[in-house]
Amino acid sequence: MSTAVLQSAAIEVQPAARLRSATGEAPWVRRLVIALGLGFMTLFLFVPLATVFHEALKKGWDVYLAAITEPDALSAIKLTLVAAGISVPLNLAFGLAAAWAIAKFEFRGKNLLLTLIDLPFSVSPVIAGLIYVLVFGLQGWFGAWLQAHDMKVIFAVPGIVLATVFVTFPFVARELIPLMQAQGIEQEEAARVLGAGGWQIFWRVTLPNVKWALLYGVILCNARAMGEFGAVSVVSGHIRGQTNTMPLHIEIVYNEYQFAAAFAVASLLALLALVTLLLKYLVEQRVRGQRREAGDRAE
Amino acid sequence: MILSRALLKRHSVLPGFDLALGFALLYISLIVLIPLSAAFLKTFTLSWQQFLDATTTPRVLASYRLTFGASFLAALLNAFFGLLVAWMLVRYTFPGKRVVDALVDLPFALPTAVAGIALTAIWAENGTLGQWLPFKVSFTPVGVWVALVFIGLPFVVRTVQPVLEDVNRELEEVAATLGATRWQTFSKVVFPIVLPALLTGFALAFARALGEYGSVIFIAGNMPMISEITPLLIITKLEQYDYAGATAIAVVMLVVSFALLLVINLLQAWARRRQGGVA
Repeated sequence: MSTAVLQSAAIEVQPAARLRSATGEAPWVRRLVIALGLGFMTLFLFVPLATVFHEALKKGWDVYLAAITEPDALSAIKLTLVAAGISVPLNLAFGLAAAWAIAKFEFRGKNLLLTLIDLPFSVSPVIAGLIYVLVFGLQGWFGAWLQAHDMKVIFAVPGIVLATVFVTFPFVARELIPLMQAQGIEQEEAARVLGAGGWQIFWRVTLPNVKWALLYGVILCNARAMGEFGAVSVVSGHIRGQTNTMPLHIEIVYNEYQFAAAFAVASLLALLALVTLLLKYLVEQRVRGQRREAGDRAE
Repeated sequence: MILSRALLKRHSVLPGFDLALGFALLYISLIVLIPLSAAFLKTFTLSWQQFLDATTTPRVLASYRLTFGASFLAALLNAFFGLLVAWMLVRYTFPGKRVVDALVDLPFALPTAVAGIALTAIWAENGTLGQWLPFKVSFTPVGVWVALVFIGLPFVVRTVQPVLEDVNRELEEVAATLGATRWQTFSKVVFPIVLPALLTGFALAFARALGEYGSVIFIAGNMPMISEITPLLIITKLEQYDYAGATAIAVVMLVVSFALLLVINLLQAWARRRQGGVA
């Protein structure tokens, strides 16, 4: 009797214990994976990040401050803010319009539109700059006309803004579309039945429902807009104090062997990247919550 | 009214379809489609022979070899370490895990020019890491590869991570009770589930690496025939006012990118089916 009890207890306990070790790895495997993963990330991510700040401050705060307050650096910072300040709202407006059409209506060609929205991500930044040169450059489609009217797009601020708009094009739309699709249209339909107008529905129902995803898209869009290099490099013409954004200013100063100054301006962009990652992390939690809610409602 | 009558499959009580789709189509045409078509139209001004001549000179061919080779090897390393990092973040706990998780996206957030000068400084002969190596990294094709590894990592981690999170742990328990070792469970049960996502991440990293410019040009040294990437060659041609030549090479890259985009879409569809079947 007592042995029978013991035996059945053993049968119950044993598989559980074996399962625990059987669905997890041995401690040494675990340690090895973590060591390899963190080692790789240290080598390729953390060391470069730390290097930016280390090199920027290597020659002291005076050099650092002088590098980021010289007139050319300041005008580069200003132009970067202008380019992001124009391209982010434009792409935000597009993202909202595209998401409204795609998520709230069933229409022909929807999948084609979705693919087209992603297109700029698969185009090399250099080619993004090139195509605007072909359209607006002196040899381009509108080159002669622009020159006759004394307007400049390429090697001027409008070209920089256009190239920035292109490379940041999908960010907001990509965040909004899946969320709005998951949320469905019941709330908007209810508002409509209760007599709300189109804009009223948009401001009072739709926008509050997607505000975190929208912010998330704007954060990513802004980071890319401020940091874009290749596309802007092609259309800028690199005129100091006029058509240099921060990344282009870094390149020029770096090529003049003023490494501390180049890293000083770079450190501002690295700080922006860290703030972006922090905001991204904070907003991500909310977006995930919202998506889960939308998913539950859909079921 | 025209848009809704022509395209809508079902009447909707919601307003704003014409305005929203009209604006979206106008904007996407002006910003993306018309400028992109300029590249193809410009190429049509060349004869077939001129196009071949512009895109197959030894210098251009050398740049393809470097760009495709380094991108492929970088995506390969990213696939391995991306899966490893994703596994580490999903399955294990360790101090500072949230910070590490957030920093995976650093290559997305850090401007490429900043990454470029930082990597060059580190891997230079007297740099933090370069001084310990018996061979040169900065200003060689190896440097190109290092920069492409940097920018590609998040693509693999962020495509594999959610799939790994959704893997049904009961499957692994079943495998264990049927007598599988942990390695067998991983290679025969878990790995096939994440494989489509892993391939998608690999393709995304590869596609991004092909077009990458900012992080590479600082560390590459940009020597023709040796460490000159294709996007740089496009810029060089532009600076020599060889617009047709630059555009011809750009069109080659665009066609490859679009083909990759198609492959990625197919992979994602496969991943969704695979996941749907298991989860």
